[in-house]
Amino acid sequence: MGLTNESVGISAADNGLVIHKQHDTDHIIALAGNPNVGKSTVFNALTGLNQHTGNWPGKTVTNAQGYCEYNGQGYVMVDIPGCYSLMAHSAEEEVARDFICFGEPDGVIVVCDATCLERNLNLVLQMLEITTHVVVCINLMDEARRKGISINVPLISKRLGTPVVCTEARSKKGLKKLMQEVENILEKDYRQPVKVEYIEQIEQAASILEKALKGVDIHRIPPRWLALRLLDQDETLLKGLKEYLGYDIGKLPEIQAALEQTEALLMSQGLSKEKRLDSIVSSLVRQAEAICNGAVQKSGYSKEDRDRKIDRILTSKRTGFPIMILLLAVVFWLTITGANYPSQVLAKGLFCVQDWLSQILLYLGAPGWLESLLADGVYRTLAWVVSVMLPPMAIFFPLFTLLEDLGYLPRVAFNLDKYFKKCSACGKQALTMCMGFGCNAAGIVGCRIIDSPRERLIAMLTNNFVPCNGRFPTLIAILTMFFVGAGTGLFQSAACALLLTGIILLGILMTFFSSKLLSSTILKGVPSSFTLELPPYRRPQIGKTILRSIFDRTLFVLGRAVSVAAPAGLVIWLMANVSLNGQSLLAICSGFLDPFARFLGMDGVILLAFILGFPANEIVVPILLMAYMSAGSLMEYESLDALRTILVQNGWNWITAVCVMLFSLFHWPCSTTCLTIYKETKSWKWTIAAVALPTLVGMVFCAVFANLARLF
Amino acid sequence: MSKNHIRPLTNLQEGQTAQVVSLLSKGSMRRRLQDIGFIEGTQIECVQKSPAGDPVAYRVRGALIALRTEDSANVLVVG
Repeated sequence: MGLTNESVGISAADNGLVIHKQHDTDHIIALAGNPNVGKSTVFNALTGLNQHTGNWPGKTVTNAQGYCEYNGQGYVMVDIPGCYSLMAHSAEEEVARDFICFGEPDGVIVVCDATCLERNLNLVLQMLEITTHVVVCINLMDEARRKGISINVPLISKRLGTPVVCTEARSKKGLKKLMQEVENILEKDYRQPVKVEYIEQIEQAASILEKALKGVDIHRIPPRWLALRLLDQDETLLKGLKEYLGYDIGKLPEIQAALEQTEALLMSQGLSKEKRLDSIVSSLVRQAEAICNGAVQKSGYSKEDRDRKIDRILTSKRTGFPIMILLLAVVFWLTITGANYPSQVLAKGLFCVQDWLSQILLYLGAPGWLESLLADGVYRTLAWVVSVMLPPMAIFFPLFTLLEDLGYLPRVAFNLDKYFKKCSACGKQALTMCMGFGCNAAGIVGCRIIDSPRERLIAMLTNNFVPCNGRFPTLIAILTMFFVGAGTGLFQSAACALLLTGIILLGILMTFFSSKLLSSTILKGVPSSFTLELPPYRRPQIGKTILRSIFDRTLFVLGRAVSVAAPAGLVIWLMANVSLNGQSLLAICSGFLDPFARFLGMDGVILLAFILGFPANEIVVPILLMAYMSAGSLMEYESLDALRTILVQNGWNWITAVCVMLFSLFHWPCSTTCLTIYKETKSWKWTIAAVALPTLVGMVFCAVFANLARLF
Repeated sequence: MSKNHIRPLTNLQEGQTAQVVSLLSKGSMRRRLQDIGFIEGTQIECVQKSPAGDPVAYRVRGALIALRTEDSANVLVVG
């Protein structure tokens, strides 16, 4: 999972996997592999798709599919989540295992990391037990070369008994050969893959079960593999198996008898379930070691030394935290500075179009109210969203993606884990928190990388404490208008970036605080164990990432502008122009909210804007402006200074500004995020908790701040 | 402490290496550690402590894996 059009917003929610074949003759190929071996890069290179590829383990948490053709044959490629093993421990590993075991793919490509092949072969060996149609793809060969690692590919292939292809997916090297081998394994079925030898007692027990399985319909599952799995009685696997076969295999009398026999046999030899699994895993690891022995050579540590040097700077006691904060500030500074000019140009252009639109409508004989509704209501809101909100979003996003591709995010998790542990939460929450900067809905789905259900819930409930891409522009605009002054000077933008960093740090602080609160109240528990892999640093594909990311973001925001902002503009225009007892609906609603909103340091219109902004955070400020302007003077957008005038005319002062920023940081998640939380938790209770928590925090903050500030 | 004593992985200082003797972890953490290569005889290098001193990053079979103190205390090493 990462941040692309496919992973943010409404499409972030996983809807299960339905394979889409284009022709009946298409083959289904699963792409498996350890986390962060470049699987998604291989997938993209093969399918021409744009599955996001960040440099951290766990990006792909759901199955993605794409299509490719080779020699006239169609292939449906399924990118499954990274896993270390098919003996699953986590939700995302279960997704991977279930697809391989029960999804009946025609073939499997196991993508391996050339820089630590031995560990990757563990998964290859497990895969070969399930299917003989396996092609091993050793990716990241370029990186391995730089690390001084050489691999004797023919020898590895011979020892595994299955084709092995080397690739450098980023530069698309080796992909043709990969597809050729895929074609070969599907056509010819003569391969004799290596057989993993387990200890005698296990082999003996497995063969008893294998015999018992002979007369049983187990579809395409190899009996030896199933026999070995029955030995350790993994519950989630048995459940998946039952669904796949349509009956409970453990209930068959012949299997039951065999299981009793093997159980007695193994227990008499002192092999408890745990010891059996230990022994099975050890055998796999040792076999992988034996296969690599003499076939993988290492000389020199040049690149590894470089990585250690970078780590000593980015994660050391002295510089780790300052650099993290500095990087955040620099990203904001670049965003603010970079967004300034395009924002003005867009505004000029778009509001010019509004005048034409009015004239054309009037020329076509549209009645005055229709012209006003379309031009002043629908179009103008759309123009606000595009001109004020789009540029910062389109700049922040690629910058963030670059840090992600570099491999910095796992380091953030590494740095912050101790504090998450103090809150009885998981260090990987730092990763999902970072994803939240891009899109909270994506952050919520990303929480699947957290194994413990309790810690996953904490991460989901607190994800909204970091502002998403749609909330940054609001914060930036208010900061610029009320605290820094809308200049383009270096000082102004730097001051703005620093203040914004401060606000974000407050959000992160609240993440910790509420995680702690949750784990000492409704989500009581102790921190669970986890491993965090720190991948090698990779040079991001800067130009490509920036271009693609800006393009993606622009399309995304434009799409949202049309689907959400335009209807919202319509609603607000109607509310401003439909009157009841001589008062507009807008005045009635905001008047109703006003006393409470004033208590929170805002006014009724602001609170109404937040409520109407439920579908998408980026429309809050546009709605606010529309509401103010519909009541009084209509102004053209010239600069943020002009906006400031409108706000000040409507009674804003610095206290209002601070409260709006606080409430923007801490309020209910947008509708998409709520929906995603519901889909992920399958519980309205937790969804409501995820809405209530940040909202209550925001209300308390605003009320306390406003009432204290007014005293002085 | 003697080099031949069995001790928890937590005792390793940055730059030191040792071999895995056994795992005390249970359940899925035990499986996960084994999957990424923590089995008897595996060489582990303590690479880097995080700014707060915990977790610590270890090199295991070519990969860099961070473990919390509670978990590294459950890995017994020698050497």
